[in-house]
Amino acid sequence: MTHDLFIVLASFLACAVEMVEALTIVLAVGVTRGWRSTLIGTVTALGALALVVAALGPALAVLPIDGLRLVVGGLLLVFGLQWLRKAILRYGGVKALHDEDAVFVDEQQAARAATPDRDGLDWYAFTVAFKGVFLEGLEVAFIVITIGGAQNNVALAAVGAVTAAAVVLAAGLALHHPLSRVPENTIKFVVGVMLTTFGVFWAGEGAGVEWPGHDAALLGVLVYVATLSVLLVAATRRRHERLVAAEVAA
Amino acid sequence: MKYVEGFLRFWYDFIVGDDWRVAVGVVIAIAVTVFAVDRGANWWWLLPAAVGSLLTMTVLREAGQSHRR
Repeated sequence: MTHDLFIVLASFLACAVEMVEALTIVLAVGVTRGWRSTLIGTVTALGALALVVAALGPALAVLPIDGLRLVVGGLLLVFGLQWLRKAILRYGGVKALHDEDAVFVDEQQAARAATPDRDGLDWYAFTVAFKGVFLEGLEVAFIVITIGGAQNNVALAAVGAVTAAAVVLAAGLALHHPLSRVPENTIKFVVGVMLTTFGVFWAGEGAGVEWPGHDAALLGVLVYVATLSVLLVAATRRRHERLVAAEVAA
Repeated sequence: MKYVEGFLRFWYDFIVGDDWRVAVGVVIAIAVTVFAVDRGANWWWLLPAAVGSLLTMTVLREAGQSHRR
């Protein structure tokens, strides 16, 4: 039960972050260049993604579960550590926080600067929307297939992804503006902790280790990774402030 | 060729990201765990320990480097 809840939650949060990024690109291009070609690009990308998921999803079901957990656990671990690293560095003041409003303005400026294409399909709008939705969507597909695949339950992870899509899309339609108030770094931090936790647990199971306390060890790993990350944020922030103060004094 | 390169670059950036040492460290830690289990040792602690060391190393390294840049 805890496993299932974690899978849906991790999938929901991770997919929501990626979908907010895709929505920003689609909104910027649609508002600036017109909706027809932007929406054709978006729908084409969604169709291409459905083909990728339809091809890869069932293929995972025929692989042996231990080997799958080892590979998927390793991938999630590498991927989760990367998200966590970035979120810790942002909280520590070393990297700038992700700003959807700034991305929106950048995308709009680029869209205005591109050559207008009034006849037929606007290829600029089509290509940017397709690329934004397809690439962010591939990330969603990767998350759903890996998280779901390791538990032999892609449908459960898909529930989280579909719910995230509905929530982000409804918010985007209602606001007609990028979702800049979504605390993206906080979500990325939480997702990084969850993906790293799953990665450690499943890679361990795939390798054949017996976790003390069996499934309850998942909670232990979660507390360990979360505590370590919070301590690293504090250490990074202290160090960053000390170095900035030293630079100002010099 | 350009598209294939771009596609591979996307997956590399997406999964491995900014510090390849983390990916290499994870692969080594998993390989050692598999080897240990194969020899009858239940080294469940190795992966959490590796995660702690790798995360600390990569964060502090980037924090130090960003000030030198």
